Amino acid sequence: MTVTTTHYLVVSLLLFGIGLAGILVRRNLITVLMSIELVLNSVNINLVAFSYHHGDLTGQIFSIFTITVAAGEAAVGLGILLAFFRLRETTRLDQATELSG
Amino acid sequence: MEFLEFLAAHGADLLFYAFAALALAGGLGVVLLRNPMYGAMALLTSFLAVAALFFLRHAEFVAVVQIFVYGGGIMVLFLFVIMLVNLHRLPEPKRFLSQSPLALVVAGVMVVLLAIFLAQAALAPAATDLASFRTVEGRPLGNTQAVAWSLYRDYLLPFEIASVFLLIAMIGAVVLGRRQ
Repeated sequence: MTVTTTHYLVVSLLLFGIGLAGILVRRNLITVLMSIELVLNSVNINLVAFSYHHGDLTGQIFSIFTITVAAGEAAVGLGILLAFFRLRETTRLDQATELSG
Repeated sequence: MEFLEFLAAHGADLLFYAFAALALAGGLGVVLLRNPMYGAMALLTSFLAVAALFFLRHAEFVAVVQIFVYGGGIMVLFLFVIMLVNLHRLPEPKRFLSQSPLALVVAGVMVVLLAIFLAQAALAPAATDLASFRTVEGRPLGNTQAVAWSLYRDYLLPFEIASVFLLIAMIGAVVLGRRQ
């Protein structure tokens, strides 16, 4: 069975689901940030697959911008994590109760 | 000989299935493994497998950028922070939040909805001409040159904005990470 664009979309969908579950379920902020990277990666698979599907380079260009944003997001997210760790001596998300009513 | 012919005909498909399985297994490892360091290694596996999928779709430049930026830069960032934070060897009593069952239902519904959407989507017939991937104004150059040509000519403004964005992110990370 020849691999088509749909195969790539299914892989992307499953990776997105795994990442989304990780974001919502895990207690450790580091793992949540890693799950966000999984979601951004699944979007990149989509972009590259459609770039190939349409024979158009634009999808590849767009995925480069996605990678750029992911790098910035990781840097700022890990900075926030470090600031939170200094405040609370933990990276557990359920310890972030400063704003709970 | 039969095996070699099979490989020549279906080699790319087999590679796709292998790397897709590796990417998904790495993702599951990130979500399920208890130790964040093991999770980071699973994430690296997933990044590299996704880069291989990019190679299979003839996005050579994006694949190498994926390896450099994700496999190099972002991974080192994660490892540094894990080592900074785990100095105390904090006991990790529970991996999952108490909202997990509900969260899994929400994520599952999201995936099912997207799957239904995907099953109903009528894709246009796949393009057979990939000349724009590796030609610049009719000259046969590589994928890198084609991407560069498009990036510096058609997408110059977003490219410059991305550089300003990275500067802002860098300053923000330095300010956040600075000791008071």
